[in-house]
Amino acid sequence: MRWRGVLRTPIGGSAAALLAAVLLLAILAPILWSDRADAIDTSQILQGASSAHWAGTDSLGRDVFFRILVATRLSVALALGATGIGVATGLLLGTAPLALGRRVGRLVTAAVNIAVAFPGLLLALFFAVIFGVGSTGGLFAIGFAIAPAFARLTQTLVAKIAGQDFISAARIAGVSRPRLLVRHVLPNIGEPLIINATIGAGNALLAFAGLSFLGLGVQPPGYDWGRLLGTGLGSIYVHPEAALYSGVAVIVAGLAFNLFGEAAAKSLGHRTARTKAAPPSPRKDSTVDASSDAVLTVEDLWVTFNGVSPVRGVSFGLRRSEAVGVVGESGSGKSLTALAITRLIELPGHVSAGRLSFLGTSLLDEAPDRLLGTSMSVVFQDPMTSLNPTMRVGGQLAEVARTHQGLPRRGAWERAVDRLSAVKIPFPGRRARQFPHELSGGMRQRAMIGMGLMGTPALIVADEPTTALDVTVQRQVLRLLDSVRADEGLALLLISHDISVIRQVCDRVLVMYAGRIVEDLPADGLSLARHPYTRALLGAVPSLETDRSLPLTVIPGRPADPSALPPGCAFAPRCPLADARCRQDDPPLESTEDGQRVACWHADIAVGVGHA
Amino acid sequence: MTTVSADARTLRTLADEPWVRFAVRRLGRLLVSVWVLVTASFLMIHLIPGDPVRAALGPTAPLSVVEARRQVMGLNDPVWLQYLHYLRDLLHGRLGESMTTGLPVSKVIGDRLPATLQLAVLAFVVAVALSVPLGLLMAVLTRGGRRRPVELGFTSTSVVLGAIPEFLIAVGLVYLFSVRLGWAPVAGRAGPDSFVLPVLALSVGPAAVLARIVRVETLTVLQADYIRTARAKRLSQARIYLRHALPNALTATITIGGLLLGALVAGTVLVENVFAWPGLGSSIVSSILSKDYSLVQGTVLVYGLGVLLVNLVVDVALAALDPRSTIRES
Amino acid sequence: MRELRFEDVTVRYGTRRHGTVAVDRLNLTIPAGQVVGLVGESGSGKSTLARAAVGLTPVTDGRILLDGEPVLHGWQSRRESLPSAHRARRPMQMVFQDPYSSLDPRMTVGASIAEAMPRGLSRPERRAEVARLLELVELAPERAEVYPAELSGGQRQRVALARALAGQPEVIIADEITSALDVSIQGTVLNLVRDLQRRMRLTMLFISHNLAVVRYVSDHIAVMHHGRLVESAPADEVLTNPQDPYTRELLEAAGQGPYQTRRSR
Repeated sequence: MRWRGVLRTPIGGSAAALLAAVLLLAILAPILWSDRADAIDTSQILQGASSAHWAGTDSLGRDVFFRILVATRLSVALALGATGIGVATGLLLGTAPLALGRRVGRLVTAAVNIAVAFPGLLLALFFAVIFGVGSTGGLFAIGFAIAPAFARLTQTLVAKIAGQDFISAARIAGVSRPRLLVRHVLPNIGEPLIINATIGAGNALLAFAGLSFLGLGVQPPGYDWGRLLGTGLGSIYVHPEAALYSGVAVIVAGLAFNLFGEAAAKSLGHRTARTKAAPPSPRKDSTVDASSDAVLTVEDLWVTFNGVSPVRGVSFGLRRSEAVGVVGESGSGKSLTALAITRLIELPGHVSAGRLSFLGTSLLDEAPDRLLGTSMSVVFQDPMTSLNPTMRVGGQLAEVARTHQGLPRRGAWERAVDRLSAVKIPFPGRRARQFPHELSGGMRQRAMIGMGLMGTPALIVADEPTTALDVTVQRQVLRLLDSVRADEGLALLLISHDISVIRQVCDRVLVMYAGRIVEDLPADGLSLARHPYTRALLGAVPSLETDRSLPLTVIPGRPADPSALPPGCAFAPRCPLADARCRQDDPPLESTEDGQRVACWHADIAVGVGHA
Repeated sequence: MTTVSADARTLRTLADEPWVRFAVRRLGRLLVSVWVLVTASFLMIHLIPGDPVRAALGPTAPLSVVEARRQVMGLNDPVWLQYLHYLRDLLHGRLGESMTTGLPVSKVIGDRLPATLQLAVLAFVVAVALSVPLGLLMAVLTRGGRRRPVELGFTSTSVVLGAIPEFLIAVGLVYLFSVRLGWAPVAGRAGPDSFVLPVLALSVGPAAVLARIVRVETLTVLQADYIRTARAKRLSQARIYLRHALPNALTATITIGGLLLGALVAGTVLVENVFAWPGLGSSIVSSILSKDYSLVQGTVLVYGLGVLLVNLVVDVALAALDPRSTIRES
Repeated sequence: MRELRFEDVTVRYGTRRHGTVAVDRLNLTIPAGQVVGLVGESGSGKSTLARAAVGLTPVTDGRILLDGEPVLHGWQSRRESLPSAHRARRPMQMVFQDPYSSLDPRMTVGASIAEAMPRGLSRPERRAEVARLLELVELAPERAEVYPAELSGGQRQRVALARALAGQPEVIIADEITSALDVSIQGTVLNLVRDLQRRMRLTMLFISHNLAVVRYVSDHIAVMHHGRLVESAPADEVLTNPQDPYTRELLEAAGQGPYQTRRSR
């Protein structure tokens, strides 16, 4: 089923056609032309190319061109045979740890690891000595030479599957080891194995040609491409066509296998289809007034990737010392909003906005690096991957000062250590000399915050800063963010899917759904939320005060998919208050008297939708 | 009394150091691999059906000569005794005598090894010097889906070049530059001219493969979170690529480069035969064909040891570059 | 419904010198038909304990008892020497955290559920049972022919729940089953779990790092820290009168106690 998708790609389709042609030739050529290939004509020895003999003749006057065609069968058959031996052996060795238990498995793994260290040709020569020179010997030689690589591949694939929870579930259900292997493991590793086997067949073809070329493979009177190449090489001065055409045959067949395998690998790895998204419907939201106190002003922000817009017209503002939280689930667009504001979105993403200004400077066209480097700091979600693993922590902080503040090496380092102590990392001097993996998760996140404090920031944008941390460490980091904000008078933009995190630190909350802001309200007024989504969200998440005798609020359906949005309000399919108007017209974000904003046609209905 | 226990304690604390454990474990693996290699090359002769001496001397050689040779080579002793003698001889650097010429194998190998080494090392240097900068440049130029035609052109060229085996490239080069254009000698090793074609033939394929891998690895690194952090710090492009991306991309490249060097060593076998290069590669083929098993045994041993050494160097380089690897191994 | 008891259970990885003790002499009883919530952070050993309970990880020391008898795991209970009643059921079942790796992508939902059922059912019987289980977890019975790729995270967790129930277990261990789900879907799954547990009076060990979620589902709360059990009491008591300082830290972090809502001005 999915292999048809492979044929549709240009490379996949042409490789498949080439492969089919090669296989067809392998089957038909000897039937059609073996008499012409074997016809000895002593009057035409070692002739060059002519109209009678397109590739000339060999030392017995035989037509080389037809010999090349007929040799297809032997060359391809030997390649496929060797691949079969290699894959079968490799499969047995690779599944041994799972099938035979831990101790035997470890022995087998060690043996495979040693064998894998040796290049294929060396192993092939070794086996060629043992099995003897000739086609059969070569078959086993190359087969066993490629087995270790397949064993290693199988081992890796099996290990990946064995770590999945469904294997554990099957073991708990009492499934026996052999049945586990056959029913669960093999079907899941089948596809990558077949693809690699196809590429392996191409390599086996080339390897066998090499062996025959050296004289160690097919022996006369048999002949394959390698042998023809080897005999042709001797007369390359006089009559190069024999060698060259044989070479071309080998290359074309080898490429056919390799390219087909690689095309299959590429297209079967990509599951996502490029769907054509509905054209975005513009919505007129109320604009934000830009006071002199404004640190950040965003108006009508759009982020688009390949025709899909995960962020559709976001407008808000941030003042000095203000902490604003952005809450939403997957697909809400909250993280992309943060990335867009911090100008970190690269091609193929596209950012546009009516207005995007930071401390009075527009960020839309030119990215003022010095301003952003010193006054805006960003804290990301996973501190393990967000810090360079091969660079010391102190150095990663210091380079900010050296780049933007012109400090010399020593001065920058001292500032780095100072910032590390400002974020309450004990023994900052020692920690600065360490690498990120030597620090705990909480400490790494503090270091990230410290990195943002190297300059004189006016805004901290924190994208899920505590999600990867333990809950007790979370609290410490949030407290740190809060105290830093209070001490330095910073503005804070905190993005999270966890409303309790936002409640602990922020003054104001922006609720996002399907790329738009649906409500803008103060953090201590959450119980009076007006938008049905906000109310349902609060009711669906249990807190320590939730009434245990009542069921949690259920929001039917799934979070919105940005590539397949319905017309009208994006929340309508899941909303208990939705009516025909909601499904047709998207409600704009409108300000209410108390400075809040909400985007709902039924915002004034104070119905108890869920309980907060 | 106290000194003994103090030594024991220092030994134990040393054993807790991750890099010591890594060194011990790695050397252990090397020793086991060498032992497997040595035993395999010993067994090679004994797994051959029939009598190796008879096969080497031919069916017409008189029985007395065959028997004498067998006695000299110790082939009438029990297998385990032969194995012990073999190990003992190896430790003394004696690899036996060639069955066809009677010359000591170590001399033959000693004469031919430098030629092979020169070829392999030169080819490796050329391959790396070509591929690493090219791969990096391609990654920077085509990241994020930019310049699709450049990406397509580069990928197809490198796939095609990488798929053509070195002996075919060698034949093609010989045809083009020697037969047609006469710029370089067809065969043999004499003077710098004669190095050009063999080195090129050996390095083109690996260079293409390595360039592709460097590009893919660099692109992966460029997607990493810490590069995003570096961009958030508004560092210069040069600093981001050279100080942050490159060291992390190198780690993966070194592993592949190590594998390629191993394959290069084997590729010399094929290329030497095309150019009649007086190295180990041409001698191993002729000795297999003439059933000169002592020489084959010695050559396989030397090749195998070379590969194991290369792997060791790669592992040590990786451990030195990546501060996490030693911890990870333990 | 049966009582599950951990008696002095220790689980150690690695050697004595260079190993880690994941679970340290733990004593815990889960009364029959009740839910014990196990709270702990990363490295607390709660997942290791769960895996030891179902036999995926060997226990270094101590015993795990079901109604006073050592637990027999799936494959062990298939031994011929045992009476057939014992052989039929798998006493312990587990629902895992990651909905995307807990179902075999190459097997239909119905086949995955049927695999966990006791032996000896005919095909129509199996099919009927699969349909019944799917309805129990509020999924349409036609979904039995569907592959996991077509289901959402919440739906997959419900299938995993159905599969756990297929083995007619005495005890269910739920290991962070809502942590990987979107917030708006967590509610559905939690409601379902609570509902099923009450109706079928299952003995359940509910593991989570989220104290609020544990409180919502459990009768009894146990707290683990660095492999040890530091607190174990009825849910209300733990929340109003925590004994251990670590428990108090967890409560504060969940938004209760002195550091409430917040912000310095």
